[in-house]
Parts: sequence; C-alpha cells; structure tokens
Amino acid sequence: MSTTAATPSTVADDEGRAAFDALIAADGRIEPRDWMPEDYRKTLIRQVSQHAHSEIIGMQPEANWITRAPSLKRKAILMAKVQDEAGHGLYLYSAAETLGATRDEMVEALIEGKAKYSSIFNYPTRSWADVGAIGWLVDGAAIANQVPLCRASYAPYGRAMVRICKEESFHQRQGFEILLTLANGTPEQKAMAQDAVNRFYAPALMMFGPPDDASPNSKQSMAWHIKRFSNDDLRQRFVGMIVEQVKVLGLTLPDPELRYDEETKQWIHQELDWVEFMDVIKGKGPCNAQRLERRRVAHEDGAWVREAAAEYARKQQLKLAEASGKAA
Amino acid sequence: MGAENQINDTNATGALQEDKHAWPLWEVFVRSSRGLSHVHAGSLHAPDADMAVRNARDLYTRRNEGVSLWVVLSDNIIASDPRDKESFFESPKGKDYRHATYYTASEGVKHL
Ligand SMILES: [Fe+2]
Ligand SMILES: [Fe+2]
Repeated sequence: MSTTAATPSTVADDEGRAAFDALIAADGRIEPRDWMPEDYRKTLIRQVSQHAHSEIIGMQPEANWITRAPSLKRKAILMAKVQDEAGHGLYLYSAAETLGATRDEMVEALIEGKAKYSSIFNYPTRSWADVGAIGWLVDGAAIANQVPLCRASYAPYGRAMVRICKEESFHQRQGFEILLTLANGTPEQKAMAQDAVNRFYAPALMMFGPPDDASPNSKQSMAWHIKRFSNDDLRQRFVGMIVEQVKVLGLTLPDPELRYDEETKQWIHQELDWVEFMDVIKGKGPCNAQRLERRRVAHEDGAWVREAAAEYARKQQLKLAEASGKAA
Repeated sequence: MGAENQINDTNATGALQEDKHAWPLWEVFVRSSRGLSHVHAGSLHAPDADMAVRNARDLYTRRNEGVSLWVVLSDNIIASDPRDKESFFESPKGKDYRHATYYTASEGVKHL
C-alpha cells in the first residue's frame, strides 16, 4: 500500500480528478476508495441516506395492516414485504457508510427530523385496499425510479439497487393482486379499491420529484451518471404503464385530464400539487409526526437489546482472552 | 481497513468500537450453491460473530440465495490501494503470451 495516502496534495487531487473524470466519461464505476469530488460524495451521502430512510419509514404505513390482514396468507405475504423493506434500508445504509457517513449519524438525523425521506410515506393507510394501492403504485413508482439506479456510477449504490430491484417486483405484484381481488369482489370492496387508487395516484406521481425545470440538482446528478433519466421522463414512463394496468383491474385513474398526446408523444396528466408536496417533505404531511415518533420509540425501546448484545460480546471476548492466556 | 467501507481513518470501525454499544461492521460472503465460491454480498453491523452470521442469514439469504455464509470483521480485510492500479498491476501488461489468443499459428488445427 502506498504511504502517501494520508497526505493530501494538489498533485494527488489533480490526478484523482483526472482519473474520476475519465471513469465517468467512459461510463465506468466509482468504488469507495477511489478519489471523488467532495460534492459527488456529499450528493451521494444525501441521496443514499434519504433513500435508506424512505425504506425504513416506508415499513410503517403497511405494518399498520399486518395485524388486520384479511387472511393468514395475506398476513405472511405482508410481513415478508415489510421485512424486505427493512432489508432495503440496511443495504442502503451500508452503501452510504462506504462514503464515510456513520450509521449512528444517519439514524440520529432521521429521528431528530433533520433528514428527508420520500413524502409518500407520510400519507395514512385507511383501509386494507391501501396496502394494495401502495404495492401497485408506490412500489411501482419506486421500481421505475430504481431500475436506472442499478447503473448509478457509484458502485456500492448500484449494487444495493440491483439487490433491491430483484425483490421489488414481488412487492408490486402482491399489491396488484390485492387490488384485483377487491375489484372483483363485492361492490363495497370494489369501491374500497377505487378509493385507495384515488388517494394514492397523485402522491405516487409526485414520488419522481419536482418537474425538470424546478429540479436544479438533477442536471449535475445526470452529468455524474447517478441519475440516468429526468424526473419527468421517469414519470412519463410510469404513467404509460399504469394506464394499461388499471384497465386489467377494472378501475380508473382519478385524472380527467389524462391523455396521450400523439404530437409530443407525451402523457398529459393533471397538474400535480407541488405546494402540498413541499409541505409534506418539510414535515407538514398528515403523518410526519407520527412516523418519526414511531421510529424514535422503536429505536429507544431497542436500546437495551443493543447494549446487552454489545456487553455480552465484550464479556465473551474477555473470557476468550483469559482462556487463551491460561493455555499459554 | 475494510475493503468496501472505510475511506479514511476517522471513519474506521475501530473508532466506532470504542463507543460502548456501537456494533462493529462485518463483510458478508455468500456461497450461492455447492461447488461455487463465496461471493461478497454486502455488509452489516453486529455485536459478535454469531450474531453477524444470523443477521447475514436474515439480511442476505431471505430467498434461498445461499447455502453457506462467511462473515469477517471489515477491519480485518487488507486491501490493495486503488491508486496502485498502474504500478501494482503492471506486470501482466505486455505479456499477451500468457493468453491462448496470442498463438495464431495453430489456427484451423482441430482440438488445439
Ligand atoms: Fe423497498
Ligand atoms: Fe418495496
């Protein structure tokens, strides 16, 4: 190993930047110990940790229905899905750690309300059909967002996304199946499914983020090959998919303006409420306080377990050291 | 220093372990089926080796992704320096004769 590593010099920086630029230009991957611009590192820590937080907070709206799932099978499926989301959070936290963020810092930032996470998880789940709508629309939007992230220039992020994407398709399908079952049930069940779709449609479209002209950081992210498609492009693609899927459900999308414009080859959808979006991101959504409080309580309630496990490990190590001391 | 995780000394897991309750970082390797090598799957925090293996099972093999797991403290991984690319890995360059494709005289000769 080179011993000059610890002394930052402008020469090393220049060389590092040249190597970084060349890798990005060749659509290569950046690994944790490569030189990278500070802004690139910061942008990624922010994005990957926010992504991790979203997975972790995202467990709550659905966990809300685990005890009330309509059958043992649905309950087992929902538990598996929520457990997957916990796994996604952990993959992403470790990816962020490769950039120098510590787990404790990230967990604390979330609990203290200093970190952002996806606004969608601040909406309540009022009925069992909401679990279906979340799987179909929210996981669906997440997939549309995440598939291109598998090719993100920062390799550990890309690798985490590959793992996550493999698991997501089950999430979307189980949600779709819940809605399909309800839509083919009693009129009340069908109405419940439609109501869930009505409430989650616009928030799901907003998951792709503000329109391109109001998304100042997108350009740099695309230049760095972190992002591969613009927010509006991804939203377009998603709308195109659900327009067809909703027909299979026998339900409708709550959007009177929705149409395909042959000339521009674009889906025209209703104006989304970006004021509401910003409010929810900033903490004024219907469930922000509840979500953070739940996360804080879970973290604090688990403290004694973490401490006991660490203490047990310490004592075992001491015993081992003593035993090997005696043997010697 | 962990191959994947630590990019400078201030973030080394050693520092974390000084905090009484923080759990160290482990790298997880999964053998997907008998006959194949263990491959790096990712990392996780755990208080000790036993818990690291259990957590690795829950985190990286929820869908039969593995038949065997290795965990190793990230701190215990010794990695080459990424800047060594040129000097450290230089010797195979210019030695095309180590590859079968270098030998063209035998083209068209069967089973060779
Ligand atoms: Fe997820
Ligand atoms: Fe999911």
